[in-house]
Amino acid sequence: MANKTVVTKHPESKKILVTREFDASLEKTWKAWTDASVLDKWWAPKPWKAETKVMDFREGGKWVYCMAGPGGEKHWSGADFVTINHLQNYTTNTYFCDENGSVLPGVPLSQWIVGFQENGTSTMVNIELTFETSEGMEMLVNMGFEGGFTMAHGNLDELLSA
Amino acid sequence: MRRDIFQAIADPTRRAILSLLALQAMNPNAIAAHFDCSRQAVSKHLQILAECGAVRPQKQPGREIIYQFNLQKMKEIDQWFQPFRQLMEDRFDQLDEVLKDL
Repeated sequence: MANKTVVTKHPESKKILVTREFDASLEKTWKAWTDASVLDKWWAPKPWKAETKVMDFREGGKWVYCMAGPGGEKHWSGADFVTINHLQNYTTNTYFCDENGSVLPGVPLSQWIVGFQENGTSTMVNIELTFETSEGMEMLVNMGFEGGFTMAHGNLDELLSA
Repeated sequence: MRRDIFQAIADPTRRAILSLLALQAMNPNAIAAHFDCSRQAVSKHLQILAECGAVRPQKQPGREIIYQFNLQKMKEIDQWFQPFRQLMEDRFDQLDEVLKDL
């Protein structure tokens, strides 16, 4: 049985909070979130695959990756690392971009604060997402968050037909 | 000015009004009695809430308007949110598997 993902939305403060416990040590969990070779294995929900083009995990560095779909389509995203406190937390500014990492104009940005806390043999991950505007928050989530790729899952179709 | 559910809940007084009306429909005087601000300020909030579709004013012959909470409109917040929640859950289930082999 998977651990519960707690997601709460706070449109008035333009934030989404996500909390999830993982049955792994702090070191392993940190590695899974910050090492591109591991991130590529889980960041994209099936049947999509995350493919990292650039990973420079240091303050001022960035992660540029795409979500590659089964039909060969690719959606590029980027994250600039602002602060990194080893094994504690890191902060990124995220955006949609082209394959060279150039930010696409007119798409909303979000800031991620990802915090890690050892809890016995497991690790708690707390994510605080802050959006520039509530419209941006709506738009991003309506797009399926990253390039509209969750649309392919049929989640939204199911939802709209409900 | 935009009028949608997000505008409706952007203000703390409006959120408080909505939580009152979620319990029962009320007229403006009864609503205003719960707040320190003026009756006009409450009326202005009610007008915005109505324009956003968050509440429905109901006119009854010979009686004052009563305001009703519009649950359907509130559900819009959950609707746009569901794909995001699903994405996070899918990701994290995969991460569980990856962590086993790390």
